[in-house]
Amino acid sequence: MTSLVDGLYRKGEPIRDTKAPDVDITKMWTQAKFDNRLVNPANRRKLSVIIVGTGLAGGAAAATLGEAGYNVKTFCYQDSPRRAHSIAAQGGINAAKNYNDDGDSTYRLFYDTVKGGDYRSRETNVYRLAEVSTNIIDQCVAQGVPFARDYGGLLDNRSFGGVQVARTFYAAGQTGQQLLIGAYQAMERQVAAGSVQSFTRHEMLEVIVVDGKARGIIARDMVTGEVETHLADAVVLASGGYGNVFFLSTNAMGSNVTATWRAHRKGALFGNPCYTQIHPTCIPVSGDHQSKLTLMSESLRNDGRIWVPKNREDCDKDPRDIAEEDRDYYLERIYPAFGNLVPRDIASRQAKNVCDEGRGVGPLVGDFRRGVYLDFSSALARMSEEQVSEKYGNLFDMYERITGESPYKVPMRIYPAVHYTMGGLWVDYDLETTIPGLFAAGEANFSDHGANRLGASSLMQCLADGYFVLPNTIRQYLADGPFEPVAEDAPEVIEAQQSVQQRIDTLLSINGERTVDSFHKELGHVMWEYCGMERSEEGLRKAIGLIRGLREEFWRNVRVLGAADTLNQSLEKAGRVADFLELGELMCIDALHRRESCGGHFRAESQTEDGEALRHDDEFAYVAAWGFGGDEDTGALVPTLHKEDLTYKFIELKQRSYK
Amino acid sequence: MKFTLKIWRQTGPDAQGELVTYPIEDVTDDMSFLEMLDVLNEQLIGRGDEPVAFDSDCREGICGMCGLMISGEAHGPEVTTTCQLHMRSFTDGDTITVEPWRAEAFPIVRDLVVDRSAFDRIIEAGGFISVNTGAAPEAHSVPVPKANADRAFEAAKCIGCGACVAACPNASAMLFMGAKVTHLGETPQGQPERDSRVVSMVNQADFEGFGGCTNIGECSSACPKEIPLDVISTLNADFRSSRKSQR
Repeated sequence: MTSLVDGLYRKGEPIRDTKAPDVDITKMWTQAKFDNRLVNPANRRKLSVIIVGTGLAGGAAAATLGEAGYNVKTFCYQDSPRRAHSIAAQGGINAAKNYNDDGDSTYRLFYDTVKGGDYRSRETNVYRLAEVSTNIIDQCVAQGVPFARDYGGLLDNRSFGGVQVARTFYAAGQTGQQLLIGAYQAMERQVAAGSVQSFTRHEMLEVIVVDGKARGIIARDMVTGEVETHLADAVVLASGGYGNVFFLSTNAMGSNVTATWRAHRKGALFGNPCYTQIHPTCIPVSGDHQSKLTLMSESLRNDGRIWVPKNREDCDKDPRDIAEEDRDYYLERIYPAFGNLVPRDIASRQAKNVCDEGRGVGPLVGDFRRGVYLDFSSALARMSEEQVSEKYGNLFDMYERITGESPYKVPMRIYPAVHYTMGGLWVDYDLETTIPGLFAAGEANFSDHGANRLGASSLMQCLADGYFVLPNTIRQYLADGPFEPVAEDAPEVIEAQQSVQQRIDTLLSINGERTVDSFHKELGHVMWEYCGMERSEEGLRKAIGLIRGLREEFWRNVRVLGAADTLNQSLEKAGRVADFLELGELMCIDALHRRESCGGHFRAESQTEDGEALRHDDEFAYVAAWGFGGDEDTGALVPTLHKEDLTYKFIELKQRSYK
Repeated sequence: MKFTLKIWRQTGPDAQGELVTYPIEDVTDDMSFLEMLDVLNEQLIGRGDEPVAFDSDCREGICGMCGLMISGEAHGPEVTTTCQLHMRSFTDGDTITVEPWRAEAFPIVRDLVVDRSAFDRIIEAGGFISVNTGAAPEAHSVPVPKANADRAFEAAKCIGCGACVAACPNASAMLFMGAKVTHLGETPQGQPERDSRVVSMVNQADFEGFGGCTNIGECSSACPKEIPLDVISTLNADFRSSRKSQR
């Protein structure tokens, strides 16, 4: 056993992907598809796959594996697979179709994605993503997805998130919804055909590992409370991200980390947990009882100007009464070249800075005003109200519905919010975790976005994984079948069942003083303050202490009413918050050990002379893949750090600059 | 703001339900309706009473998971989802009745939570285009006229929340089905299965216990995504022509 580093974690062996074929990157995926063994159609009927999560990645994988003839079981916590959080994505989906002949190519999409991720993603996986992107559009169009079209009947494109080509396909502001409905319908078709069994209102609570291989899950039927055992030959986790560790985020209320965290505790490494994307244009917190934050499309920054008052005394004034010379258009001032269109991480951090200086606007929440103006008055002077409405009307209506204020009359208020998590289970080129037979797809894995995610790339990754990548890589694993059946009463199964049952019984028996939500909110506050947009050594150490204390109190003082054998929403939340309380600590440890600024992760100790993010490629060009470990006496997490060195053969590492 | 809430409580599908009165204070107008229920639940847990069960997930009006009858109206007094309804839409001192969706085909699970899986089974019956992954032609090989694409999109905005069924005196699912047959029927890709799709979906809806349409229009008025009533005309027209083609 090696000694503790910084008193927090241990050093482990390096890790690397051994699955990507050793050929030129442009031939790699073709070679992999050829090298991966086939399973003949008659044998596929004898093989079974469990898929947890039915969003874009899980739904698409279920449909595709069902069509291929495998026996698939899907699980989702919602009442229907159609409600997965992929449905909320607004902007669009990227694909290197080059329909506009504006110079786009597979290589350019690959290049943009690696650069956008601040050179912390894996080249081979990202190249494949760019390569299959074009197939996604074909597939979705064939399913009837109503993408925007021009008058000639062909697909329309727009550009997005600072990219210089128009490669984003979209369906108004509801692209995620339309793509998800397509995947959901394809999956329901397989349910009708009998190849997919869909379990809704079910929550996966444990992975069953037998002889070192994933062989099933324990799930709770959220209606009857029954703890069920489901066995299979392979398990796919497509259960999304963990942004709700912050309590307030743009995620759906039920989005949680339990599936991946349970897998992590069973031996799957967790990659880059501290990489969180903070989105700059969300509607700010309005009060103590708020349950979620709503994103306003990034496209608003094309015409809106961002400012705060120069003087603190003006912060509670009606913005229309603040004279032009008393306004600080801080993005235009600091970044004259990019102005209001700087990337998400930079816009977010500067908004936080001006609010921390006490120049934020909007209602006091606690003792802080957390908001900046996004002002359309100059756009309204330049264009007619009709023209502005045509461009942004639905967003203005949404804003007015939530805040009760019309952006045509008063400037919008926006503030950054937690949006997407780039970290997730570590996977190799085959999307396989470090537990054989356990795969992770979509936002649940870490591989494609590095330290930051570009706009319109999450939908692309989820559908690439679900429709094209996973169904081809899982073949290699399943070709070893038929597998020895696992007995329902095998010791590993019984142990998994009992640990789930015991956890439920414990949560219901504590009968303390505090509600689950109160713990979740307190954890979220700690995470946002110390592991949010800006992190420092001191803050992160403090956060780790606070989280340990909170976790200890949770298991002593949480109050979960009701019974186990019924729909019990407090019990569901309690289990998820218990996992967030462990993940939060790991995020802080990861953030602490990475002494560089990268993507949305700004380390106060690592900045240039003029306050910009400073990466350290010589020390940190690696994926941090954490193994689970804990100290039984103190209850502290003691994870083990395995480094996967990132080697860039096709793209040169460069520092980003927007001045 | 202060309100008197009358909330439907029912411990399980077979249990007797009843309206229970809960006074609530310190509600602010920027709270969403569901955040107001969150506050109530925190208070209930504080005094040892089980919280009110209700469904919600995205809380930004797109997933379709939430849905309550609020003083007799599906999703309440505004044309929106329950999660996007804010307390400023009510008057201080109001008495508000909160009930689950009312339809035999949506059985109650607990309190305000209902089982809408009948909608999934209707989609399973034919609400899709049969195309295997990898079998798709190049996307630009089949142009779709913009007018059709726009109409398909308008219908495809349906979030499957079930407000149309809850608002309909007949608990009809025809707006939901009409939206789907219109969405898929407006695209060239949807034509081969157009006839079989509508027949299978309508048969499944009958089997599930949804009622027929008597042109009241409550469904479209209550729809948070403003799906137009004429998708039902498309459904009827497709159903008629499918029967002709089967003769």
